[in-house]
Amino acid sequence: MVSVRSTTDWLYRYVVFPVGQMLIFIIGAGLVVSVLAYLLAFLFPEPRPNIILVDQINRQLPGMLIAGVSLGFVYAMIALGYTLVYGVLKFINFAHSEIFMFGSVIGFEVMRRLDDTGYMQGWNPILLVAFIVLWAMLLSGLLAVLIERIAYRPLRGAPRLVPLISAIGVSLFLTDAVRAFQAITRNEFNLTYPTIDLPWLKNPIPLAFGETTVNVRVTSIIIIVAAVLMLVAMNYFVNGTKLGKGIRAVSQDMSTASLMGINVNYMISLTFFVGGSFGGAAGALFGMNVGTVTPFVGFIPGIKAFTAAVLGGIGNVTGALLGGLALGMIESFLNGILVYFPALGQRYTDVFAFSVLILILIFRPSGLLGERVDEKV
Amino acid sequence: MTTQPTSSENGFSLGALFRPLRQALQNPVIAGIALIVYLIFWYLILSSLSRQDPLFPLKSMLAFPPLVLFPFLVIGAKLDGRFKALLILAVLFIVIPLVGMYDSSYFELVIQICIFSGLALGLNIVVGFAGLLDLGYVAFFAVGAYLWAMYTSNVDTWFKINDLLVPASSFYLFLFFGIIVAAIGGITLGLPVLRLRGDYLAIVTLGFGEVIRILAVNANSPTNFTNGSQGLDGVARPPSLPFLTELITRVETSLGIPINNAQSLSQQALFYIIAILIVALIIVIARRLDNSPIGRAWTAIREDEVAAIAMGVPLVRMKLLAFAMGASFAGIIGVLYASKQSFVSPESFSLNQSIGILAMVIVGGIGGIRGALFGACVVTLLNLQVLKNFSLQINNWKNIDAVIPSWLVALLVFAVVGYVLFLVVRALTPLLISLARRLNQNFNAQQIRVIVLVPLLIVVAINALQLPSFRFDDWPTQLEPAKYERLVFGVLLVVMMIFRPSGLLPEPRRKMEMQESKSTQASVPANGGKE
Amino acid sequence: MRTKRFVVFTLLLVVALALSATLVSAQDAKVIKIASQTPLSGPQSVLGSSMSNAVALAVEQLSGPLAEAGYKVEYVPFDDQATPDVGVANANNLVNDPAILAVIGHLNSGVAIPSSEVYDQFNLVMISPANTNPRITNRGLTTVNRVCGRDDLQGPTGARFLAGLGTVSSVYVLHDTTAYGQGVAEFFRVEAEAQGMTVLGFEGTTEAANFEGVIQPILALAPDAIYFGGIYSQTGIFINQARAAGFSGIFMGPDGTDSSEFAQLSGEAGVGTYYTSVAGPASIYPNAAQFVADYNAKFGEDPQPFAAQSYDATAIALNAILEAATIAGDVPSRAAVASVVRSTTGYEGLTGTVTFDAYGDPEVGLYYVIQVGSSDPAAWGGNTLLETLEIPSPFKVLSDSMMGG
Repeated sequence: MVSVRSTTDWLYRYVVFPVGQMLIFIIGAGLVVSVLAYLLAFLFPEPRPNIILVDQINRQLPGMLIAGVSLGFVYAMIALGYTLVYGVLKFINFAHSEIFMFGSVIGFEVMRRLDDTGYMQGWNPILLVAFIVLWAMLLSGLLAVLIERIAYRPLRGAPRLVPLISAIGVSLFLTDAVRAFQAITRNEFNLTYPTIDLPWLKNPIPLAFGETTVNVRVTSIIIIVAAVLMLVAMNYFVNGTKLGKGIRAVSQDMSTASLMGINVNYMISLTFFVGGSFGGAAGALFGMNVGTVTPFVGFIPGIKAFTAAVLGGIGNVTGALLGGLALGMIESFLNGILVYFPALGQRYTDVFAFSVLILILIFRPSGLLGERVDEKV
Repeated sequence: MTTQPTSSENGFSLGALFRPLRQALQNPVIAGIALIVYLIFWYLILSSLSRQDPLFPLKSMLAFPPLVLFPFLVIGAKLDGRFKALLILAVLFIVIPLVGMYDSSYFELVIQICIFSGLALGLNIVVGFAGLLDLGYVAFFAVGAYLWAMYTSNVDTWFKINDLLVPASSFYLFLFFGIIVAAIGGITLGLPVLRLRGDYLAIVTLGFGEVIRILAVNANSPTNFTNGSQGLDGVARPPSLPFLTELITRVETSLGIPINNAQSLSQQALFYIIAILIVALIIVIARRLDNSPIGRAWTAIREDEVAAIAMGVPLVRMKLLAFAMGASFAGIIGVLYASKQSFVSPESFSLNQSIGILAMVIVGGIGGIRGALFGACVVTLLNLQVLKNFSLQINNWKNIDAVIPSWLVALLVFAVVGYVLFLVVRALTPLLISLARRLNQNFNAQQIRVIVLVPLLIVVAINALQLPSFRFDDWPTQLEPAKYERLVFGVLLVVMMIFRPSGLLPEPRRKMEMQESKSTQASVPANGGKE
Repeated sequence: MRTKRFVVFTLLLVVALALSATLVSAQDAKVIKIASQTPLSGPQSVLGSSMSNAVALAVEQLSGPLAEAGYKVEYVPFDDQATPDVGVANANNLVNDPAILAVIGHLNSGVAIPSSEVYDQFNLVMISPANTNPRITNRGLTTVNRVCGRDDLQGPTGARFLAGLGTVSSVYVLHDTTAYGQGVAEFFRVEAEAQGMTVLGFEGTTEAANFEGVIQPILALAPDAIYFGGIYSQTGIFINQARAAGFSGIFMGPDGTDSSEFAQLSGEAGVGTYYTSVAGPASIYPNAAQFVADYNAKFGEDPQPFAAQSYDATAIALNAILEAATIAGDVPSRAAVASVVRSTTGYEGLTGTVTFDAYGDPEVGLYYVIQVGSSDPAAWGGNTLLETLEIPSPFKVLSDSMMGG
């Protein structure tokens, strides 16, 4: 660790720099998307009769950008879990999407229990959100550690694809286990967050952008703020603390790290805890945003976040952030634009998103920020 | 953590009990006779099962897998090659068809096993031989299936409107077309991803699989090619062979099997024969490839791409060939599948299907032909037979109001809890020894386990004996076993991986590599950066 | 090593068989089995389990007459996992059990079509409670029937209703990309255009939770109404988010919307939603209210869409089996059951009166247009019935016109 000389230095390194980085990513992605949108409007002024593309874009661009950013942060937080685990163990933790699901279910459980006490409305909003998210983080993190202990640790040293299959097994197990649990305890499948009892959370904030007014949902703002805070904390943890250094050492070279007296197993558990708790937090925030979750809610965000992690360069923490934001923005953009092109439409969003991914990977085979894969000679 | 206890470590040796038997089986004559007896035994069991029997699902689930897995037993035995071949042919072309005549659901199972075997073998070429992780393999399967379906379905597609439909008899020709079209698809996927490795490749192939599926869902407008999510039905089946129907009728009358539906049975038998032949063809090709310079080039790429280039392996050509070969197998199987189901819809080609096939390859033992086949058999049997029958059995017990008597409840609880305790105590042995040492007692592992376990087991036994009997009718509806087949499957996947990380039937060469990499880094539980 | 394990394994098998033999009690009655095939695991298991529960309830409540005649009716649920492979494998399994005389299922047309080919080869009758795809019955199989509506009638019903409101000139059509949702949405779109409405968009989405991206262009296009061909678990969440984002127009869905869970999921946002259904609201059909109460008492939850239809399908099957058994004087043949089912006339069920036409469709389908009245799930039965349409099935139309001409 580079010794930190002064408070300003510390602030720069762990607050200003990461926040600035995020801002640059957001603004950059937003600019690219806006330019693309207007370029399309220039090329196809009237893609369908009576539809003037420029007007449509003017109307929906602010909403699209906000949706893209909040979606992007959710992806980024899940992607961090993939990337951290990949960093130390070099395998895709397919069960991570279920940890996300678990977090969203825990968020529901905590909020529902609070609601049942009848005092939830009286809680301070920030305290309430923090309370829910922290519970989700704690339990999801512990679950991730448990999964690693049971299903992955015995497989160290096995071929790389073996833990992958084990992870798939865990993922199948978790979805149905949660389903069984909810079936027995509540006899419910669709788990609805009791946000209806919280007017401050339910009612959107109207924001005027020129002529158009965009209803910004409070939960979107919560997601963005919480994600920024957590990512800053994460950056400090990985780059500024001794434990983070240990994780980095293990991910760089496990055998040397163990020779240096680092408890490799402990570091791996810690990595799973951190990755799992981020997945869980993302789950709870996502749940609050969408209102209803099910035991199967993890699949799509999981795959998307995995894509984001790869897009950014898997194993690279900043890459996960960039990849998540980029993918969220691309998706929001495609969803908003494709509608206007006859014979295309939103159903081709994923096709285009994957095409962008393939294009990027052709030119940068290790993702946007990934380093060249080590070539042992 | 010790995952593979040897028998001597267990404290009691089962091995000694069977040693004479094992030695006897080394003798080819005895082994041969044993195998024949085994075959006849399971055949007799299966042919005598009756659906009226409330225990039918359980019996069928216990008796059918041993029959299907018989060929693997034959291959593992110490026997003359020709005799082995004879035995395998006998089970494939006499015993299984006979069993299928008694109960046509076995035919369906074996055909599905063949289909998944073909897919697993194809994916094994890409993932196992060449080391290219492909998560979108099902796309090529879809290409083959849609190829045949679009040309023969009776839905109003572009093909039908333009009078491009082909007669059912061109099925055999289309098997060949399926190979070609899917191979072209494989190369199309392979070209842009040549530079990608490992997980980057995984995500792009995953995307490719999804793209193909999305195209299948949406290619119904503006021009209708695939009929979208409604799917193509009325896909043609190869014309049935009259002599096969006749043969089946004759065999059934001579064996006294009630003729249920000879026409549909002969249809199934025809598919069964085609499926077996296709899988046999795939096995032959895969074996020849594996032992050829191409196979060695793939191994080189898999183990170390840079070194492979340095040694002059034509990387581009070899990678593309791997994709093309793997895809072409999926293509031919796809044509067969479309025709067998007579219906094709995008639901059959989801990501889960790709993952399932990958699971087969890895469960069986990656990189080996036998392993891929074994994995396909085991996973398909688990999914479509064993787990299904297990839920049916419990349902049957519910229906006949069966009760587990209290003594059996006690026995089961005792066995399960006892075994778990045994595992826990075994894992804690070092700790217990050191604890004992602190108390100035010196025990060896064996003694301390007995001292700790015996009182515990007695407590468990006393408590277990007080448990009431269990009525199946009390089984809660939320926990209906049919609902949790996937959960059980997930647990089994984890367990199989933990206890047999190199697969159920690992390839000897692969096994050697693994042991090597384990012994060189025994101290560090890393994976050594090996792809 | 391998031999040892193998021998141990075989021994275990034998022991298991011996032990399980203790679990069999004597059987005297002749056994008749009703099977169901629905997804009991995976994301669609909510609907599938509810269908399976309804069949179980029907067998429990309605097998009395058969029991009096000396037959014991057993229920066998199968999980088709919403996958064609599994469905077909199950189908092959259950046709080989001679005691199974009827199948209730499936949820997905993609599974029902290939599976029903297998049933048909063995004359096993299938009554579908949920497959609204026209091709299910259009194939003309004698064993395939359904008690639910057809997409090609239900979709247009919705479109005509919206056109009749007079205030809707533009619609935005969404679907869930499944055979059901897309099917009904396509038919809605065609009819909407024929009625002179502008279809501003026709989009499929597999999204289950976060519809922000889907909603943005809808807001920019500002349609008068949204039609969402899908299941309540998607549409309920969607309308909730759409309203929060500022959509104030009309919302409409097909019978997949018909679940009290819709009110739970959409809350206040869902009040005023229109849906078409082939099952009348419980307020008009007292039997339906009784069914909901019984179901709730037995399973501790409200029935999902297609549960009432599953109950009706089972009832029709049981009636047919009884009739065929009375004629045969013994356990009837499958072919006999199939032909009695097809000749069902005027069966008064929870969801209306069922008379099958020659293709196995209800001869006259009753299609209801209903409006959600309250955000309270318990008040779902009190939703307002706005319109009742009697629509003859395509075959009926055809045969009538042939008779007339």
